[in-house]
Amino acid sequence: MIGNIITASVFASMIRLATPYLFAALGETLGQRSGVLNLGLDGMMLMGAFFAFYAVFITGSLILGLIAAIIVGGLMGLAMAFISVTLKAEQGISGIGIFLFGLGMSELLFQQWIGTPTTVSGIPDVYIPILSDIPVIGHIFFNHNILVYVAFALVPIMTLVLNKTNFGLMVRAVGQNPEAADAMGVSVTKVRYTTLIIGGILAGLAGASLSIAQINVFQQNLTAGQGFIAVALVYFGGWKPRGVMLGALLFSFVNALQLQISVVGVNIPSEFSAMAPYIITLLALVFASKSREKPDALTKPFERG
Amino acid sequence: MAETVLTNKRRIELLEMRGIVKRFPGVLACDQIDFTVKSGEVHTLLGENGAGKSTLMKMLYGLYQPDEGEIRINGKVASIRSPQEAIQSGIGMIHQHFMFVPSLTVAENVALGLKTSFGSMLDLKEISKGLSALSDRYNLKIDPDIPIWQLAVGEQQRVEILRAIYKGADLLILDEPTAVLTPQEVDDLFRILNQMRQDGHALIFISHKLHEVLAISNRITVLRDGAQVGMIDVEEATKQNLAEMMVGRPVVLQYDIPPLERGSVRLELNQVSARSNRGNLGLNDVSLSVYGGEIVGVAGVSGNGQQELAQVIAGLRPIEAGTITVNGQNISGKSPEKMNSLGVSYIPEERMVDGVIKEFTVAENLILQDHWREPFANNGLMLNFNVIQDACRQAIKDYEIKTPSTETPIKSLSGGNIQKLVLARELARNPQVLIAAQPTRGVDIGASEYIHQRILAERETGTAILLISEDLDEIRALSDRIIVMFEGRIVGIVERKDVNIQALGAMMAGVH
Repeated sequence: MIGNIITASVFASMIRLATPYLFAALGETLGQRSGVLNLGLDGMMLMGAFFAFYAVFITGSLILGLIAAIIVGGLMGLAMAFISVTLKAEQGISGIGIFLFGLGMSELLFQQWIGTPTTVSGIPDVYIPILSDIPVIGHIFFNHNILVYVAFALVPIMTLVLNKTNFGLMVRAVGQNPEAADAMGVSVTKVRYTTLIIGGILAGLAGASLSIAQINVFQQNLTAGQGFIAVALVYFGGWKPRGVMLGALLFSFVNALQLQISVVGVNIPSEFSAMAPYIITLLALVFASKSREKPDALTKPFERG
Repeated sequence: MAETVLTNKRRIELLEMRGIVKRFPGVLACDQIDFTVKSGEVHTLLGENGAGKSTLMKMLYGLYQPDEGEIRINGKVASIRSPQEAIQSGIGMIHQHFMFVPSLTVAENVALGLKTSFGSMLDLKEISKGLSALSDRYNLKIDPDIPIWQLAVGEQQRVEILRAIYKGADLLILDEPTAVLTPQEVDDLFRILNQMRQDGHALIFISHKLHEVLAISNRITVLRDGAQVGMIDVEEATKQNLAEMMVGRPVVLQYDIPPLERGSVRLELNQVSARSNRGNLGLNDVSLSVYGGEIVGVAGVSGNGQQELAQVIAGLRPIEAGTITVNGQNISGKSPEKMNSLGVSYIPEERMVDGVIKEFTVAENLILQDHWREPFANNGLMLNFNVIQDACRQAIKDYEIKTPSTETPIKSLSGGNIQKLVLARELARNPQVLIAAQPTRGVDIGASEYIHQRILAERETGTAILLISEDLDEIRALSDRIIVMFEGRIVGIVERKDVNIQALGAMMAGVH
């Protein structure tokens, strides 16, 4: 019975399902480390997902789809930066605004430009000689599309950027004590704009990894709150890329398991198993310890003097 | 970079601020101020809170822009639009609140802002090397790899200074650098400043402690209410004439204190322990008696249990062990309201947080504790506005509170006037015991003098007074006995006649 449920396929889908969470949550980590809480992540993902899908739908070019997601995500990040950094609006509320904008806009454009649910042929899985052929391991780790590998490669890259570069030092300083960073000649505005734009680009890619790589369709509210889960994963991961990755894997493992249970047809009401991931997230958040890396200035706009 | 800062060639030989004007809504913060400082001198800016010292210096450091006037470096007009531009022109600033990211190491804090290009990798080794060279020169021991939060306040300040020099500051602004230091640490700081002066740095020293100003300055500029009162050489300056220039009228620096007439024990703490906000024993096994007619001063560096001491007596912090008695009655664990009714009055350290409600009017703040009592309220129900107004007008008159009306929101009053109102409220109940925590912090000299006179008058009436202050001068001026706190314990008790500033300083630093 257990053997029927926990199979190599479950682990393979865990890896695949973790991808959008990773993109979104790693971008969010960068933004939060600089002191900005972006609750609009889900809306940014939806916009990225729609434009990636639309570009592929019209041109058939997957590269153009990715470029569209990057540009739209970056613009959404820029909008969030303008509202929360330049206009110093309350971050939680402006994030909800960004989310609702993304939700509504992506649906409107879908209705206007496409109308009926359609599929596109998405990004194919990469066949890696030898590795992909290894039994079990190959199935779990080496039979995915390129975005999956990019997302996981971002984990060490983000760690390196945060801890070993001048930019990372500025990000951490701006998130912990913007007054000190400002007095030392670091532009709080520039740093926060940069982290939010990068976060937006990654959110766009997170959306694309759904609409042109994982499910290859677009529909209203495609993300179904995945962006909000990604925000929670940043807290869960203690603002560290590796912790965020572990959280994303745990969450998608439960997700994959739940899918598998409904496939195998175990006699549990499907609503319960559908709730499971969210309940586990909540519990994990309640018990997650307060991390030393938590940015002190999170959600606080910076005002000089 | 470290090599260049060790030479005597300075980029700033002369810095001039000419006709500087800065307006904030409703306030003229700086009015036509001229200020110059040259290489190899300490020029002090002296003035009360709100005199415009910090505003002037923030303009020099690029945090504010002047509305009028110009800044010249070596005779050439310079525009300084941000701290980054100030640092690039060789200006450094030691802020009153240190500008560190506490979770980062010394080296990381120094690296911050050194290169603002986004692409480059951190080179902490290079920075550690440069810091070592500098700490050798100034004879300071600093471990570059230790996180800032693990350093003591004095050490943090040394890191601030080293960082400024490392970044090539030829001119260093020090904003009230001694406020957080023990007397020994002040001596160490002055040793560093003297060496910097010899090395050709230009130094701007901001303070309102007169003996320090006289000890370190070459020249002194005095500001009052945003205007320049005068500039004198240190040879012509005395405590008395500096204080007069600051306040605008003769000031009493030495109080006439009648001999002590000790009454009975009013307040007694017996082996009291309490936790601080961080969860450790902020107050550890403290025993203490305060007699009627006596002022006991509590000295110590900030954060060594003074705040917890005041709060347990006022009933604002639960105690872990021990007992507190007022007039022989055990009051451990009683509420602040009960404390009030037993005759304990409390002037809190954070007057804007614990002392008043910012948005309330002067009158409302005056009756905060007694608003439900006769005569302010009828049957504890309806407020009696006429009585309240009369009481408030009387307090304004008695305590010389400067306020447009009784209905002005308290937050628009100056710190000194707010403190006078708190004092009026707390003393109106003729307390048996008065806890005064930092009663004159952020209060100008004129109001401080008034508050001190009032506290001394309370002493005359036989009140037992516990005076908690980080200002050692205040403690020494008023106290009959001084107790010194270190890490939550009482480490020394000194009678007025035996006070020795060096010994006090040593105890404050934990050397005893």
